[in-house]
Amino acid sequence: MTSPPIHDVIIIGSGPAGYTAAIYTARAQLAPLVFEGTSFGGALMTTTEVENFPGFRAGINGPDLMEEMREQALRFGADLQMEDVESVSLDGPVKEVVTAGGETHRARSVILAMGAAARYLGVPGEQELLGRGVSSCATCDGFFFKGQDIAVIGGGDSAMEEATFLTRFARSVTLVHRRDEFRASKIMLERARADEKITFLTNTAVVAVEGDTAVTGLRVRNVISDEESVLPVTGVFVAIGHDPRSELVRDLVEVDDDGYVLVDGRSTATSIPGVFAAGDLVDRTYRQAITAAGSGCAAAIDAERWLAHPHAVDTGVETAGVRQ
Amino acid sequence: MSAATVAVTDDTFAEKVLASTTPVLVDFWAAWCGPCRMVAPVLDEIAADKAGALVVAKVDVDANPGTASDYQVVSIPTLILFKNGRPVKRIVGAKGKAALLREIAGEL
Repeated sequence: MTSPPIHDVIIIGSGPAGYTAAIYTARAQLAPLVFEGTSFGGALMTTTEVENFPGFRAGINGPDLMEEMREQALRFGADLQMEDVESVSLDGPVKEVVTAGGETHRARSVILAMGAAARYLGVPGEQELLGRGVSSCATCDGFFFKGQDIAVIGGGDSAMEEATFLTRFARSVTLVHRRDEFRASKIMLERARADEKITFLTNTAVVAVEGDTAVTGLRVRNVISDEESVLPVTGVFVAIGHDPRSELVRDLVEVDDDGYVLVDGRSTATSIPGVFAAGDLVDRTYRQAITAAGSGCAAAIDAERWLAHPHAVDTGVETAGVRQ
Repeated sequence: MSAATVAVTDDTFAEKVLASTTPVLVDFWAAWCGPCRMVAPVLDEIAADKAGALVVAKVDVDANPGTASDYQVVSIPTLILFKNGRPVKRIVGAKGKAALLREIAGEL
């Protein structure tokens, strides 16, 4: 048997970061092999209208935007595979990526772009009732709650977006948030506040999701008075943020306390030579489609330069600002 | 939709799924659901790979709310494996091919 080819670059992930890295490396003739995985399209696949991605002045649906990026990567010859990656070995000049199907692929460089996964509350009843009234995807599941009373948990932009979106279906939406301050942007918060169907319940923590085969209520506690009560809702949409999906590489590259992959300065270089990281996997600050796409581009350029000159790694802050 | 999967409606569900002698994996989906788009090509592949041993059926919940409601589907994608007219396995959320095959392997 002949040994399989060694690729120039393998990209793991398929959000804006992964696809942008794929577009750039494909255009640079590096013939990237991309493992899109289960969550192809990334976080934008569960959003509604993206109003702030430059170039789409009328807005674009998250899934449509991802489809465009995917097709653009295909146009330049990226090899896209809808497979999950089970394990990786990143040391040395040849990296190995093993798929869930058991195949091993090799490459001289790897771009990590696995993104972030929706965080759950971790309260009793939540996982048991997932898919039975508990949801992390308002755009998927809002339809099933026509005329019903539902709750959205969270205080960020996602929570505001979901609450506003869900008023299309629900009779009422109660937005439950632990604090009385919001991380959400002003425009999103004000849009939700102006909506008559949305009631804000602040300083309120979720204690449990109630119900046997379907959600019947949400047990909450006022964090100031300590009083508990039950909201009679049939749907609970959790939008309390995301955690980086770095399990695959957590013991291999340097990560911070929360699992975000650490990169060198303004570059995308991880602690292992030839391994680059981009998007929500790295970014705990901005977490936007456009910043993820930007860092995917940076990772592609970093990988390209590294492949050309593996021993002159261009990662330093001193070079930032003079690129391109 | 690929030729490998079968579109099923509220009207044809009993005949095509419940009366089937071959196990049927039913995908409850809708056009507006991003994760459903993720899982669709995976199901196409599974349908082609397992032809003869497994039928992959698709129910558009938008046009067929009756079947979705009969099986208490309130989150999509939901996959339900039917054997001899009975639901034997329920999978909520998009999963990759290897993971899906692992989940249903014990039932085939």
